Amino acid sequence: MDKNYLDTVRNSKPTQFGILLVLFFALYHLVPHNDGNYFWRLPSLLKGIPLAINNVIFSALYDWFPLKVWDPIFEMYEEKAAFREFTKAVSQGLLFLITFVRELLLGGDKIIDVFVNDAWLKENDWLSWPALPWTAGAVGAFILGYQLNGFRLGLLGGIGAVYIAIFGNWVPSIQTLSFVLITTPICFVLGLSFGIWGYLDKKVETALQPVLNVMQTMPQFAYLVPIIALFGLGDHAGSIATIIIATPPMIRNTILGLKRISPEVVEAGLMSGCTKSQLLFKVLIPTARRDILNGVNTVIMQCLAMVVIASFVGAKGLGLNLKIALNSLKIGKAAEAGLCIVIIAVILDRFTKAWANKPVDYFENLTLFQRHRSLIIFATAILVFSIIAFIANGYFDKINYLYIIPIEKGLTIAHYIDAGVDWVWDTFFYTLNTFNKFLLTQVLGPMKKAYLGMPVISTFTLAMGVAYIVGGLRTGLIVGGMLLFIALSEYWDRALITMYMATFAVLMASLNGIIVGSIFSQTERGSRFILSVCDFFETFPSFVYLIPVIFLFNITDTSVLIAAIIYATVPATRYTVWGLKSVPLSLHEAGTMSGVSRMQRWTNIEIPIAFPTIMLGVNQTVVFSLQMVILGALIGTEDLGQIIFGALSRTKDGAGVALTLGVFVSLIAISVDVIVRKWAEDRKKALGLL
Amino acid sequence: MSPTISCTSVYKIFGDNAQKLLSENKGKVDAAKFQEAGCIVGVNDASFDVNKGEMLVVMGLSGSGKSTLLRCISRLTEATAGKILVDGEDICLMNNKQLIELRREKMGMVFQNFALLPHKTVLENIAFPLQVKGVTTDNSIQKALEMVELVGLKGRENYFPRELSGGQQQRVGIARSLAVEPDIWFLDEPFSALDPLIRKEMQDEFLRLQSVLNKTIMFVTHDFDEALRLADRIAIMKDGIIEQLDKPDNIVLNPATDYVKRFTEDVPREKVLKIESIMDGVDPNASSDFAISKNEIIETVAEKILNSKEIIKVTDENSNIVGSINPSKVIKVLFGG
Repeated sequence: MDKNYLDTVRNSKPTQFGILLVLFFALYHLVPHNDGNYFWRLPSLLKGIPLAINNVIFSALYDWFPLKVWDPIFEMYEEKAAFREFTKAVSQGLLFLITFVRELLLGGDKIIDVFVNDAWLKENDWLSWPALPWTAGAVGAFILGYQLNGFRLGLLGGIGAVYIAIFGNWVPSIQTLSFVLITTPICFVLGLSFGIWGYLDKKVETALQPVLNVMQTMPQFAYLVPIIALFGLGDHAGSIATIIIATPPMIRNTILGLKRISPEVVEAGLMSGCTKSQLLFKVLIPTARRDILNGVNTVIMQCLAMVVIASFVGAKGLGLNLKIALNSLKIGKAAEAGLCIVIIAVILDRFTKAWANKPVDYFENLTLFQRHRSLIIFATAILVFSIIAFIANGYFDKINYLYIIPIEKGLTIAHYIDAGVDWVWDTFFYTLNTFNKFLLTQVLGPMKKAYLGMPVISTFTLAMGVAYIVGGLRTGLIVGGMLLFIALSEYWDRALITMYMATFAVLMASLNGIIVGSIFSQTERGSRFILSVCDFFETFPSFVYLIPVIFLFNITDTSVLIAAIIYATVPATRYTVWGLKSVPLSLHEAGTMSGVSRMQRWTNIEIPIAFPTIMLGVNQTVVFSLQMVILGALIGTEDLGQIIFGALSRTKDGAGVALTLGVFVSLIAISVDVIVRKWAEDRKKALGLL
Repeated sequence: MSPTISCTSVYKIFGDNAQKLLSENKGKVDAAKFQEAGCIVGVNDASFDVNKGEMLVVMGLSGSGKSTLLRCISRLTEATAGKILVDGEDICLMNNKQLIELRREKMGMVFQNFALLPHKTVLENIAFPLQVKGVTTDNSIQKALEMVELVGLKGRENYFPRELSGGQQQRVGIARSLAVEPDIWFLDEPFSALDPLIRKEMQDEFLRLQSVLNKTIMFVTHDFDEALRLADRIAIMKDGIIEQLDKPDNIVLNPATDYVKRFTEDVPREKVLKIESIMDGVDPNASSDFAISKNEIIETVAEKILNSKEIIKVTDENSNIVGSINPSKVIKVLFGG
C-alpha cells in the first residue's frame, strides 16, 4: 500500500504539482512577515554590485592602459586610457557615417566641414550639399519597389513617401532612415560573422547561446545608461544600443540557416573540389541565403522598434518627435509620428522580404541600357525633380513645397485625432473609469498585494519545484540560482511587482492568443489572414502600443498591462496557428471518421498535438510582456523598469544599476524559458514530433 | 594492370576512442563489444579492388555501412584505419591541397537527394565544379551545355532546381558530377529518392551513359534488383562487413552466407543468370540452325530456345562454339524443380 502510494507520486506529475502547491501555500501562510526573518526576505548581500560595475566602467574609461596621445591644441603628449580612445573612435566613426547618409539625403555642410577649413567654409555659402527633394525621393521609392516586386510594391513605397512628405515628416523620417541605413549593415556584418564562427566552431556556438539569451531578453532601457557612460550622447549612441539589440537575431538566423543546409550539399561542394573559402562563400552562405536575408529583415524591424528608445540617448528623427509629443501629452502629434514609423517599417519590411525572395536571373541577355534601365530612370528622375524643385524656388516665396515641407506647414490630422480622443474620453469616461477602477481595485491591487506578501522561501519553493518536476534537479538548480541572484539584491520587491505585471499580461495574452488562433485556424483562409495580421502588428515598434492606452486609461498599471497584453497576444496567436496547422492531415481524417464534433476535435486532437508549439508561443509572450512592462516605466510604473529608467538620471552608479536590473529582468525571462522549453521538448518527444 | 581503387583492411569506427580500441584489439572488431565501449562500427575490415572501367555496386540495407564506405573512399569521412589507393596513391595520406586536386581532376559524385545548389540554375550547377577549379566562365558554360545535352535536359538550362522534377534534378546531379570528366564516378543511392517508373528510366539512362563513358564506378544502393541490373560485381554489406563480393550470377547461384541467401531467394533466376551459367559442354548433336551467345540473359532468349525443341549451340563473343544448351535446362530454371 505504502509503496504503491510512493510510486504514484513518483510517476504522476499532477500529483507532484498538487503537493508543490500545498507546500507553497503552507509556507505562504506560515512564514511570518518580518524583516529580520530570512525566510521572508533575504539580506541584500549583493548591494554593492551596481557600484562595482560602475567602478569597472569608469576605471576602464580613465585608468586602464594609458596611452600617450598627441594633443594638437596644447601641443603636448597626454595620457589617455586606451579603452576611452577606442570608444571615442567608434563613436566618431559611427557619427560620421550616419551624418554622411543624412546629409546626402537632407543636405548640409557638416561632412564638407570635415574635409575643408572652417573659416573658408563660413565664407563660402554655396559650399553646402543640396537636399534631395521629397518628390525625387518618392519616385525613387516607387522605382525601387517596382524593381523588387512589381507595380504594387512600387506604389506602396511611393505613396508611403508622399504621405510622409505632405504631412511634414520628411526630415525626421529621413533622419530615422539614415539611422537605419547605417545600423542595419553593421548588424548584418557582425551577425553574419559571429553566425559563421558559431557554425564552424561548436564551442563558440555554446558560448554564444547564453550571451544571446541575455542580450535578447534584457530590457532595451538597461543598455542606455552604460552606453551614455561609454560613448556619450548622440545618434551614434542610439545606433550602438540598436546594434546590441538587433545583432542577436541576425546571429541566430545565420546559424539556423547554415545548420539547415543538408549535409549532402556540403559534400557536393567538397566533391566539386571546393577549398574552405569557396565552400563558405559559394556553397554555404548562398544556400542559407533566405534565412540570412530574413535575419536582415528582423534587424531592420528591430532598428525601427528602437528609434524611440534610441532618442533617449540622443538619436534624432521620428523617435525623438514621438517622445517629445508624448511628454507634452500631444496624442495627435505622437500618433502621426508613430504612423510614420509604422509606414517606414512596413515599406522596409516588404522591400527586404521581396529582396530576399527575388530570384536572380543570371542569364538575362540584355543590353547595357536594359540592364541598368532602373538606375538610369532613377538618376533621371532625381535630376528632373531637383531641377523642378529648383525652378519652383522662384515660384514659392518662402517655403518651397516641392523641395521639403517643414513639419509646421505639412498637412496634419493631429487635431482630429486629439478631438477624437477627447470625444472618446468625454463619452466613455465613466465606463472606462469604472472599468479601470474595478480592474485596479478588484484584480490588480489584490494580485500585487499577494505577490508582495509572498515570502521568499515560498517563491523559491514554487519556482524551483516546478523546474525540478519539469526538468529534473539540474533545471531546478539553474532556476534557483538565477532567482537567488535577484533575491540577494535590494530590488526583490520591485522584481515581484515586475513579475506580477508580467504574470497577468502573460495569462491574458496567452488566453487571447490561444482563443483567437484557434478560431481563425479552423479554415485555411482564416489562418492565412490572422498570420498576416500578426505580421502587420509585429512591424509596430513596441512603443506605439503605449500611445492609445495612455489616453484611455491614464497613467496607471492598467494602461501598461493592456499595452503588454495586446503586444504579447501577437506571438501567442502566431504560435497557436502554427501549432494547429502542424496537426497532420491524416489525424484530422482519422478524427472525422471517428465522428468527432468540432469541439471534440479541438479538445482531443488539435490542442494536445499543438500544445508544445503553443507553449513555445507562451514563452515568447513572457519576453514580450516583460519588454512592455519595463517600457511602461516611461509612463510611470513602480517596478524594476522604473529604476532602470530612473538610472538615466543617476550619475554615481546609474550604469551599474541599469545593467544589474536589466540582467535581473532577463534572468526572470530566462528562468521561464528554461522550464517551458524543456517541457515543450519533452512533450514533443512524447508525442513523437521530434 | 593495377586496379583503379584498391582498399586494404579499411575500418571506419565512430567514437572518441576508436583508434585506441582498434589497436588494442589488433584489428579484430566485434561490433557488440565496441558498442559497449561507446563506439559504432561503420565499416569493418573492408578489402577489395575496383578495376578500370568496372562497375562495383555496394548493396546493403540502411545502417550496413555502405554509404560510409563510399565516403571513406572519397574521403568525405576519414577512415579510422586501412589503406585506400586510388591509382596507386594512398588518399588517406594526402593533404588538403592534394585532396582538392584529386577531386577536381579525378572524382565525381552523385547524391541521393541530388544536393543541388538552390541558388544556381541548371547550367550554373553543372558548371560549378569547373568554376571552382578556375575554368573561365565562357568555357565552363560551354562545357555545361554539352553536359546538359548528354543528360537530355536541353531547353531547361536556366531553370532553378526547385522548378524541376526529381528525375530531372538527378540528371543535373549526374551532369554536374561528370562535368570535370572524372575517371572515377561515385553514386550514392542516386535513384532511391525517385518513383519506381522514373527509377527504371534513370537506370536505363545510366546504363546508356556508362556504355558511352566507360568510367570506373562505385554505386551504392539498398535495392538488390537494381544491383543485379547494373553491376559488373556486387559487394553485399551487413553491419559494416562485406558479406560477399562477386558477379551477380555467382551471388544468385552461390550465396556465401545465410544473409545473402535471403536476398537471392526471391530473385527470378532467368532474369539474372546468363546462358553461360547453365550451358553444357560442346555437344556434337547440337543440330540447331542458329546459335546464341553465352552472354545472353536466360529470360531474353528463353522463348527462342523452348520453341526450337533441339539442343542449341552456344557461342562466345567471337562466334566460336563454346558449348550447348538443352531446352530442359531452361525449363528447370524457369519453373524450378
